[in-house]
Amino acid sequence: MLTCQWTLTHGWRGWLLVSALLAVLPAAWAEEPVLNLYSARHYATDEALYNDFTQATGIRINRVDADDAGILARLKAEGSASAADVILLVDATRLWKGEIDGLFASVKSPLLLKAVPENLRAKERPEGTAWFGLSTRARVILYDKQKVNPSEVDTYEKLADPRNRGRLCVRSGSHPYNLSLFGAMLEHLGAPATETWLKGLMRNMARSPKGGDTDQIKGVASGECGVALANSYYVARLMRSNTPEDRAVVERIGVVFPNQASWGTHMNIAGGAVARHAKHPGNAVSFLNYLVSPHAQKYFADGNNEWPVVKGIPMTNPALSAMAGRGFKSEQLPTSLVGMNQIKVQQMLDRVGFR
Amino acid sequence: MPLTALVRLLVTLLLALPVLMVLAAWLQWDAQSAEVLHALSQTVLPDYIGSSLALCLWVSLGVISMGSVSAAAVTLFDFPGRQTLSWALLLPLAMPAYVVAYAYTDFLQYSGPLQTSMRSFWGLQGALWPDVRSLWGAAVVLSCSLYPYVYLLTRTALADRAPQLMEAARLLGAGLSRRIFRVALPLARPAIAAGVALALMETLADFGVSSYFGIQTFTAGIYKAWLVMDNRWAAAQLSTFLLLMVALVLLLEQRAQARLRFVSSRASGQSHESQPLQLRGWHAGLAIFLCLMPILLGFVLPLAIMGHALWQSSLYQPLPWWDFAHWVWNSLRLGAVTAVLAVAIALMLAHSVRMQPSFWRRFSTQLVGLGYAVPGVVIVVGLLLPVAWLQSQWPNSQVGYWLTATVLGLVWAYLVRFIAVALQSVQSGYARISSSTDESARMLGIAGWSLFARVHWPLMTRASAAALLLVWVDVMKELPATLVLRPFNTDTLAVVAYQLARDERLGEAALPSLALVLVGLIPVLMLSKTLRKST
Repeated sequence: MLTCQWTLTHGWRGWLLVSALLAVLPAAWAEEPVLNLYSARHYATDEALYNDFTQATGIRINRVDADDAGILARLKAEGSASAADVILLVDATRLWKGEIDGLFASVKSPLLLKAVPENLRAKERPEGTAWFGLSTRARVILYDKQKVNPSEVDTYEKLADPRNRGRLCVRSGSHPYNLSLFGAMLEHLGAPATETWLKGLMRNMARSPKGGDTDQIKGVASGECGVALANSYYVARLMRSNTPEDRAVVERIGVVFPNQASWGTHMNIAGGAVARHAKHPGNAVSFLNYLVSPHAQKYFADGNNEWPVVKGIPMTNPALSAMAGRGFKSEQLPTSLVGMNQIKVQQMLDRVGFR
Repeated sequence: MPLTALVRLLVTLLLALPVLMVLAAWLQWDAQSAEVLHALSQTVLPDYIGSSLALCLWVSLGVISMGSVSAAAVTLFDFPGRQTLSWALLLPLAMPAYVVAYAYTDFLQYSGPLQTSMRSFWGLQGALWPDVRSLWGAAVVLSCSLYPYVYLLTRTALADRAPQLMEAARLLGAGLSRRIFRVALPLARPAIAAGVALALMETLADFGVSSYFGIQTFTAGIYKAWLVMDNRWAAAQLSTFLLLMVALVLLLEQRAQARLRFVSSRASGQSHESQPLQLRGWHAGLAIFLCLMPILLGFVLPLAIMGHALWQSSLYQPLPWWDFAHWVWNSLRLGAVTAVLAVAIALMLAHSVRMQPSFWRRFSTQLVGLGYAVPGVVIVVGLLLPVAWLQSQWPNSQVGYWLTATVLGLVWAYLVRFIAVALQSVQSGYARISSSTDESARMLGIAGWSLFARVHWPLMTRASAAALLLVWVDVMKELPATLVLRPFNTDTLAVVAYQLARDERLGEAALPSLALVLVGLIPVLMLSKTLRKST
C-alpha cells in the first residue's frame, strides 16, 4: 500500500526505489524495524536520504553523528555491547582501520558486490566483505585564474615546486583527507621523496595550515592563496550556491584534476559497513543495499555533489558536469596500502613541522 | 551509617575514576607507546608545551588587564553609566569562547567582509593584519570570554573594603597613584590570582577554540595521539603532563583563595561615609572606554556578527525550526539531569566534610573536584578505557551499551567535569553557616541527616540554586564529551553549532550558537542581580 502511494507520488524515481527495495526487503522482515546508525557524514541532504529509506521500509533510523575517529574510538570501547548496526565513514583509511581492528562484520551480498567496483571496497574474503564504498570525491587543486597558469599546478608533485613559493593553502596535515592523500603519495614516491615533497609543500605555504577545505577555496578567491587543495564536493557546493559572495568565489577560481598524465587524481572514498556486533544485521544489509540503489546514488550525486560508485547512474548535477565534463583519470591504489602508511605519514608531518 | 558511607565511596570512586585511569596509564607502558611518545618528544612535544605555556601567559595578561582594570574602575570611581557597566561587564560569561572564535574568524579573516571591503575601498593589497586563527587570536578570544572571572572576584574583593581604605589613605595625604598601587592593588592581588587560575584552567581545558584555530596545544597533541596514532595509552600518558600543569594552577588558586578568605574575613560592614571617587571630563570618558571595550569585544561584537550571519542565511534558505526545537530540548534535558545530580552529590560531599572534616574526606572531595580542570577529551579517554576493559573481560555484560546507548555515560562525563562547579558554590554556602549553628542544633538533639534537612538545607537553597544554574549552563556548552558519548538522536545546540561551523556553514551555525548565548544569559543575569543587591 505504502509503496504504491510512494510510486504514485514520486514517479519514475519512486519506481527505482521500489524495485531496489523489493530486492532487499526479505532479509529485514524478521527483525524489529529499527536501524542504529553511526555516521561521520555531516551533510544536510542525508536527512532526506534516510527518510526515504524509512518511508519505504518502515525501518526507523536512530542516528549519532560524530567524526570518523570518534566513532571508531566509541565502537572499540563499546565492544560486544555496541548498539551500532551500520557505520558510515567518510575516509577510506578509516574504513580500512575499522576493518583491521575487527569492528566490522563481513557481509555477503551479491547485490553490493555487483554494484560496487572492486577497488572501492574491502578485499573479498571467503566469509564476506568488510566494507563498501558508496561515493567518491576527488582531491582537486584550485588555482587563482588571475595569477596562476594551470600547467604550473597540474600534478600534486608540482605543488612543492619552487615556482609555487608563497602560494599554497591547505588544511591541517593531520586531517584524514590529507593523511590519505599523503599516504598515497608515499606509495607512489617512496618515503624519502615524500618527505622531501612535504618539506616543499611547507616551504610553499602562503599561510600556516588552518580551517577547512572551503576556507582554502575562499583563500584562493580572495587572493591570499594562489593554489589550494580541496575535496571536489566543497567546490561543487560553492558552484551551486546562490549567494552573491559564493558566486564571486567561483568566478575567480579554476579547478585542476591533478596527475592526469601519471597515476590519476587522488580519490577520497565515503563508505559503509555493518557493525561487528550489529543487533539488526538484516536491516543493516538492507540499508547498505539501499545506499547503492539508483535512488540513493542519485542523492549522493545531486544532493551532496559526490560521484556515485555505481556505474551508469543518470546525473543531473550541473556543478559536477562543469567540473569534470569529459571525465578524468582517477588513482587506483588499494586502500589497505594507503591505510598502513597513516602513522608513518603523521610522523613525517611532525618531523617537517607540517601541522 | 555504613550505607551512606558506601554510597559516598562509590560516588567518589566513579567521579575520580577517569582521572585515576589517566594516571594509571603509565602502568601500561609498552614498546609501542614508548615509540609513539619518543617520536612525539623528538618532534612536536616541545611545541605543544611551548604553545600551551604561551597561550596561558597571554591569556593571563589579557584577563588581568581587562578584568582588574574594569573592576577597579567600577569600585573605586564613580562616573556616568557605572551601575549599568558594572553588571554588563559580566555578559561575556554567557558567550561560549568557541562562538566568539567562529564570529571573529568569519569577520576578520583575509576573505572576510571587513578586509575585503577595506581592500576594495582603499585599493590595498595583501593581508591587512595577521590571521585571527593563530596563537594570539586564540589568546584574544579566550581573554575576551574569560576576563569576567577576574573581574568578578576582584570586584568583590575591592568592594568589600577598598573604598574605606582608599578614603583613609586619602585623608592621610596619599596621592591617587599611590593609593591605587599601595592600597587597592595589594588588596586585590589574591582575588586577581584566583581569577587568573580559573581562566587558566578553562584555557588548558579548551577544545573548541584551539581545534577550530588549529593551534597545536597540549590538548591537540593528546587528540592526535589518541585518534590519529590510535594509541590510547600514549594519549593517556600525555594527559598526565597536562594534569601536572593543571595541578600547578590549582595550587596557585588554593594559595590565592586562602589569602582571599583571610582578606575578606576581616572585612567589616560597609561604611556609609566612604564614597568612590567622582570622575569628570576626560577621566570619566576614559573609565567608560575601559569598561566598554571588554563588553564590546567579548559580547556585543560577536553577537552582532552571528546575528548578521543568521539574517543572511535566512534570506537564502528556511531556518530549520523543527530540528532547532529538538536541539534545544536535548540541551535543556541533559543540562537539567546533570545539574540536579551534581547538586545532590555536591551537597552530600560537602555535608560529609562539614560533619567530619577528616583528611580522607577533604582529600577525596578535592580529588573529585580535579575533573573541572581536565579537558573533556581526557575525561572521555579516561572513561572509555575502563569500560572497554570491563566489556572485553565480560563480553556478555552490557556496560558498553549502557554507557552510550543511554545518557548514563554522557551524564557521568559531565559530572566528572562539572561537579567542581557545584561543589564550589555549595561549599561557599556552607562556609556562610557558622559552626555555632550546628552546635546549637546538636544540643537540641538534631544531628546527622536531620541536621542537614532541617537546618542546613533551608539556609542553602540559594547556594544550591546557583550551583544548579551554573552546572546547567556549563553542560549545555560542553563539546568534546558530548560529541563522542551522546546516545542516538540527541544532537545538542553545542554539537550542531560545532559541526556546522566545522563544515564551514557559519550562517547555519549561527542559530544554535545564538540560542546557547541566550540560555547562558539566564544565570549571568541572576548573578548580576545578586551583585546589584549586595552593593
